[in-house]
Amino acid sequence: MPAITERVVPFRARGFAPRDLPVMGAASIAGLVLLWQIGSSLGWISPVFLPAPLQVAQAIYRMTVSGELWRHLSASLWRIALGWTLGTLIGVSAGFAMGLFTLARSPMQAFVGILFPVPKIALVPLFVIWFGIDEASKIATIAIGVFFPTVISTAAGVEAVQKNLIRLGQSFNLTRWSIITKIILPGALPSMLAGFRITLSVSILLLVAAEMIGAQRGLGAYILRAGDLFQTDQLIGGVVVLAVLGLAFVGLLGLVERRLLRWR
Amino acid sequence: MSVAVSVKLAPVVAPPARGGLALKVAGLSHRYGNLNVLEDIELSIEPGNVAVLVGPSGCGKSTLLNIIGGLLEPTAGKVTCAGEIADDCINPFTYVFQDFALLPWRTVGGNISLVLEDARLSARDRARRIDEVLDLTGLADFKDAYPAQLSGGMRQRVGISRALSVRPACLMMDEPLSALDAQSRLLLLEEFAQIIDRARTTTVYVTHNLNEAVRLGHQIVVLSRRPGRVKEIIGIDRPITERRAGDADLIEIEAHVWDLIRNEAAIADKELGHAGDH
Repeated sequence: MPAITERVVPFRARGFAPRDLPVMGAASIAGLVLLWQIGSSLGWISPVFLPAPLQVAQAIYRMTVSGELWRHLSASLWRIALGWTLGTLIGVSAGFAMGLFTLARSPMQAFVGILFPVPKIALVPLFVIWFGIDEASKIATIAIGVFFPTVISTAAGVEAVQKNLIRLGQSFNLTRWSIITKIILPGALPSMLAGFRITLSVSILLLVAAEMIGAQRGLGAYILRAGDLFQTDQLIGGVVVLAVLGLAFVGLLGLVERRLLRWR
Repeated sequence: MSVAVSVKLAPVVAPPARGGLALKVAGLSHRYGNLNVLEDIELSIEPGNVAVLVGPSGCGKSTLLNIIGGLLEPTAGKVTCAGEIADDCINPFTYVFQDFALLPWRTVGGNISLVLEDARLSARDRARRIDEVLDLTGLADFKDAYPAQLSGGMRQRVGISRALSVRPACLMMDEPLSALDAQSRLLLLEEFAQIIDRARTTTVYVTHNLNEAVRLGHQIVVLSRRPGRVKEIIGIDRPITERRAGDADLIEIEAHVWDLIRNEAAIADKELGHAGDH
């Protein structure tokens, strides 16, 4: 009979568990910028097509001290603030109507289903005809782009509120208003906030598009002009400002989420 | 974080003893589409008594409970109640749910506050009622905890506290212990016996656990398999606080009830699509 040898049972459950390493995220960005700078300094990258990070930083600095940055940024922020708020207010109301009332539900579903896939940029020329070349057409473009995702995420949030919680409210004779504001609204909030994350980036997208079609001020106009003049350092500077704007929005929303969804 | 503690019933003064309402179910039938769920139910419940509805799964016991409490319109027949409803009663027919139905974004205190906020109560009265029921169920220290932090047993204690806070005339309990682990279930069963006995509200209690039924019920209403009919009603007169696990008479009744539903439970068990039980 052969001798019985003892063996270790091998561990087999390795992998499939990626971890977050924020330091590595920051380090890889820094590394890429460094490579880019080295490539530019060594003359491998043509400054006409892609200026060095330092040049971009200088361009941003110049436009900051000259007040040009604020002139464009303030115009853009104002348009986003108005357009996003307008689109969100109407979108949330419509989303609630869709999630709560039979009469609103199917018509709105049809309406949203047809118009949601239309690229809203295609509507900019129409809005220029309707609202003029000025502020109103840009705000309307942002508002309509924000409206659709908001309707969808709000209605989905309202529908996702557990039926047993609504029943709870009814079984204790809560008023309709109490059920909507104290049970459905907080229950729909996570989905609504996820929608806001999308609409904030949509609003930046449409802002730039609208400002490229006809504007004197605004980041989109600034970037377009810099491109026309082949001032790529200013162009990329403008893009960097947009990226920072997007990051700021995400950060702000993260704060709001942490505060409102503390119970999670 | 999960909070687990042993809870002692605080010796506080319970809501004033009341007779509660007498309930009467007459000629009641219910169907979901083509499915006959309840047929010709006749039932009367004395004020202050506990009626336990038992039966094989799918017999429509939860449906019957929802009809009695006005959460579901019956296809035919009616439910009537008789008796005085006290002035301090905010919601006469009050449910305790199997899945607790707590708002996760409100604290324990906030969840109870929710059902008092629509009533004409001063802020002080509301706070007093909240503290009173939390004392009664031993939850006073957990007033500011969120439901996610609590064990199942503690969550259901919040559910029962919330129900008591409106000073109900009828308690409708829909399998309140079914979602709990076996140990919490035993603990809560004893507490329920005391709470129900002290509140003396008319109570309709749905369960599929026959031990719960004989421990808590004054009347055990045995329903037959779909379409649910009243098969037998068994009365137990002994005060529910005096009943203990293992009492000979209770074991005997439990065995009798099991005999009544055993065959049908076996059939129900093999059935596809358990519709109508919820």
